[in-house]
Amino acid sequence: MSAGIQLDDVCCDFGSFRAVDHATVDIKPGEFFSFLGPSGCGKTTILRMISGFIEPTSGVIRIGGQDVKGKRPNQRPTALIFQNLALFPLMPIWENIAFGLEMRGVDKAARRAKAEELLRLVDLPGAADKMVSQLSGGQKQRVAIARALAVEPSVMLLDEPLSALDLKLRQHMRAELRAIQKRTGVTFIYITHDQGEALAMSDRVGVMSQGRIQQIADPREIYNNPVNGFVASFVGENNIIDGTAGPAAGGLAGFDTALGGLRARISPEALGRPVKLYVRPEHTILTEAPGPENAVPVTVTEVSFEGAFISVLTQTETGKVLAAEIRNDGSATVPAIGAKLYASFSAERAALLPDATVRG
Amino acid sequence: MLRRYGSGLTLLICLLVAFWLLMLVIVPNITLFEQSFRPYLPVTEIGGPRDVYSLDNFLKVFNGDTQITLFGRSFAIPVHVLTFALTILYSILVTLICFALAYPLAYYMAKIVNPKTLPTLLLLLFIPLWVSEVLRAFAWWIILALKGPLNSLLLFTGVIDKPVRWIVDYNGVVIGLVYTYVLFMLFPIYNAVQSLDTNQIEAAEDLGAPWWKIHLKIVMPHAKPGIASGAVMVFMLSAGSLLVPSILGSTTSQWFTQTIDQWFKDALDWNTASAYALLLLILCTVFVSLAMWLFKVKLSDIAK
Repeated sequence: MSAGIQLDDVCCDFGSFRAVDHATVDIKPGEFFSFLGPSGCGKTTILRMISGFIEPTSGVIRIGGQDVKGKRPNQRPTALIFQNLALFPLMPIWENIAFGLEMRGVDKAARRAKAEELLRLVDLPGAADKMVSQLSGGQKQRVAIARALAVEPSVMLLDEPLSALDLKLRQHMRAELRAIQKRTGVTFIYITHDQGEALAMSDRVGVMSQGRIQQIADPREIYNNPVNGFVASFVGENNIIDGTAGPAAGGLAGFDTALGGLRARISPEALGRPVKLYVRPEHTILTEAPGPENAVPVTVTEVSFEGAFISVLTQTETGKVLAAEIRNDGSATVPAIGAKLYASFSAERAALLPDATVRG
Repeated sequence: MLRRYGSGLTLLICLLVAFWLLMLVIVPNITLFEQSFRPYLPVTEIGGPRDVYSLDNFLKVFNGDTQITLFGRSFAIPVHVLTFALTILYSILVTLICFALAYPLAYYMAKIVNPKTLPTLLLLLFIPLWVSEVLRAFAWWIILALKGPLNSLLLFTGVIDKPVRWIVDYNGVVIGLVYTYVLFMLFPIYNAVQSLDTNQIEAAEDLGAPWWKIHLKIVMPHAKPGIASGAVMVFMLSAGSLLVPSILGSTTSQWFTQTIDQWFKDALDWNTASAYALLLLILCTVFVSLAMWLFKVKLSDIAK
């Protein structure tokens, strides 16, 4: 039923522009895999290559172990959900859903029955005879999912299908999509520029930039251990501090900065390369007395109370802005603007990472 | 409009439009309509006791039978009714050929061609329109002539071994009309196909549709208003064309407009000519309305 997908050193050029640059990834059957990246990073090109609308310039794509080179989209066991959904406005809902079955020569009664069944699956019973224009954004979304599921694809490809929905609906549909994927067991490949979406739904995430896959890992790993500055700053917030790394020992290295000597984790790959220090605001602690390590004297410049947490902006003596987030456990004190405090972070929580644009 | 152009210019524009509508459209048509019910009389008798309204002019289409053979059986049919029927039939044929030529080209222009080369393509399509219709019809007459370039080419390449007489029956008329009016089919379809979201074509393909089903189920239904308005235009223009049948007609072809023309110019019977012209207008309109009803096309679709 569900199939795995391998991209083996796939490149795709449009003229002199390289849209996808040596992409290699192994997506397992039944996995919910997201490609995450800013617009123009090549993620949609990857999706269109898997679905068959674009042929890779070089490299091999395998679906369920089969090389799909030269196969048209209608010969591949994939179903694509378009960003604008591309529902057929001249057909009623049930014909939209049953379109793929009609193309496979299924008779009308069976098509109708299957459409009704899928409408129940996506929680839209009774919409069969409506027209597309009569549905709301979220309902159209469900119809698009049902239409793709109707052909019983081994792989579902989703091209930012939630981007047109409002925030509440989007969060609801996230859970829905995840549930449908679990229920059907179909491999989902999901394209998004929304890190929240990718982290919340996926088994694994591939972060992309400038045509290259920067990191492939599960959401926790992506967030906690980004491999480079691009991944760190694209996924979540960071305080980024410039400086020069000293010799490493036991996975930690000293880091000379304008703020003084700091210490942070360094991975073997980053050794000897120009690096910056990345530390997340929620790992940055504000205290009255200097913390045990990596303490920088700061002045509070801005405080905003967000409910679950308190977001604080501070400035160091050199003018560098450091952000900190204090979790609101019910008794957290809100720092006063102008207060002289120390920002500190544990060396285990900070990482020395090579620059964002790693190429070559 | 008043604010933009001022009262003087606005008045002028309104007057010009009113003049155009009244003097060039309404008055001639009313005259035609009125004339068609009156008998053809010597000048001295016009306005006299015999000058009364009747349907006699219209009923003349039923005068004078001719024999035709259809499915092995012989029929007697009034000669002008036959002419009218053949005019409609061949106009339908012209419309169908125009559609068959225009649809693939329109699809190619709207969805496949590189947008950069589209202006060149449009220019190439438009250039022939810079030449007068008379000249183009004559050009086809020369091309299709027995010793013309088409036969020379086909003889030279060995496709045929003796010259073919192309302008027999309605062949020349159909070729000429297709050539003259194919763009009236092309552009409405092009506009309609262009407005189709390409994702829908891709979605259909992704769901397993072969190319011809994509056209049948997705592209053509979307382009239906364009196809309909193109078909109506080509049909009406073809049925109403006088020039092309006059130049590219053969000894055995007669277009209904030619019959009208003969009533006007040869018989000098303007009353019967008016009646025939009115008949052509009414019957073509009825026919088009019928076809639109049959294909479930609304007038508002075409107006888009």
